[in-house]
Amino acid sequence: MSLTITLATMRRILAQLRHDRRTLGLLIGVPSLLMILLRYVLNQPGVFDRFGPILLGVFPFIVMFIVTSVGTLRERTSGTLERLMTTPLGRLDLLLGYALAFGVTALVQAGIVGAIALTWLGLNLQGPIWTLFLVTLLDAWLGMALGLFASAFARTEFQAVQFMPAFALPQLLLAGLFVPRGQMSTVLQWIADVMPLSYAVEAMQELTRHGDVTGTLVRDVIVVAGCALLALVLGAATLRRRTA
Amino acid sequence: MMSYAIEADGLRVVRGGREVVHDLTFKAPRGSVVGLLGPSGCGKTTVMRAVVGVQIVAGGTVTVLGHPAGSRELRRRVGYATQNPAVYADLTVRENLRYFASVLGVPRGDPDRVIEEVGLGDARDQTASSLSGGQLHRASLAIALLGEPDLLVLDEPTVGLDPVLRAELWELFHELADRGATLLISSHVMDEAARCERLLLMRDGLLLADDTPDALRATTGTQDLEDAFLHVIRGQETKETKEATA
Repeated sequence: MSLTITLATMRRILAQLRHDRRTLGLLIGVPSLLMILLRYVLNQPGVFDRFGPILLGVFPFIVMFIVTSVGTLRERTSGTLERLMTTPLGRLDLLLGYALAFGVTALVQAGIVGAIALTWLGLNLQGPIWTLFLVTLLDAWLGMALGLFASAFARTEFQAVQFMPAFALPQLLLAGLFVPRGQMSTVLQWIADVMPLSYAVEAMQELTRHGDVTGTLVRDVIVVAGCALLALVLGAATLRRRTA
Repeated sequence: MMSYAIEADGLRVVRGGREVVHDLTFKAPRGSVVGLLGPSGCGKTTVMRAVVGVQIVAGGTVTVLGHPAGSRELRRRVGYATQNPAVYADLTVRENLRYFASVLGVPRGDPDRVIEEVGLGDARDQTASSLSGGQLHRASLAIALLGEPDLLVLDEPTVGLDPVLRAELWELFHELADRGATLLISSHVMDEAARCERLLLMRDGLLLADDTPDALRATTGTQDLEDAFLHVIRGQETKETKEATA
């Protein structure tokens, strides 16, 4: 791997996003709007404090999943990936380039949506602000890594987009969004316990409820980071220099 | 120094459970312009993919500039332009070239040099998605030219171009060969065959001829390369029928 190539790849992906103003607008606008909507639909500060953070944690995951799965599918189908595979670019350069570019994007997104939620909407955040950004970044990387992995199984962009609900919605249902995990049946709890999004959501809940860095938060962060890394390794395995 | 840029020996490729390239053996001399001719679907692209090392091969060897095709040593020395322009549609021509220039680690001035070489100077700040088909092909070709590679593998680089531009690009190809580069260029247009120094004629995954244009005309007793190819193809068909009946 090479730092020059990794950074060049990051700049290239950011330049692509910059040219695509509408996508950029949607990346920031949609989560902001939904956050505002959620605040006024629930219309009770205590309840918003419970659901707001979940949304903050889930957005970067969903958005980066879609952007990465469609983006890498495009690289596969347009021939740019094949072209890159004839150059000195290593798989790690490409993956880290994506991780850095989308990491930056996720932080900007979290910064804006977080600022709206914490000031205007009055979301209570007990923990230090850096933990919010750390968890957001990890959620984004988890989405990115899974999106990359999923893109290998999609032939068209139609399919790639539909992998998002397939990967995200079951996890979301099990993550304690509608019913707390403790109240679900044992079997469902088992499944929820092995879903990375459960820990992402729990981490968000922890840092909004507790003023200090709790043991649960540390564990959640480690689990999410580990899952992102595992998904990235699986995703890397789907990038091949030689194809049929 | 070896005298061959590409040496394919018994190359076989299987795609979708079917053998699409059968026992292909050929050599491309260094510093020459080699034409890979044949109808659409005959296996030209597959052979080119094998030469640049992105094709899974079922058998045989391909040696490029003295190394197995696709080796690490070759990744700065081989330029490849796919049939469908492989550029980022949402980036400008210059941004595309700058990115690939950093990946290849070529001099800073290289993007501007290749933009001029393919005649895209006026469109350098346009996004690729706003280019015409011909311009898009040239943008893709420009990327392959970055870093003055020793071997250029160009899949139908002149398709859809206006005749003046096509002539200019062929001049460029010969200039590059004069400077020592080897070019493997595929085409299904026979009038481009005459511009090559060596010709490889493929049909249904088989190599039917590997010769110079003049020798091909002489052996087939024809004036025109189109006729020469027809002659070769008919000869092959008769041979196949004889084998089938025997």
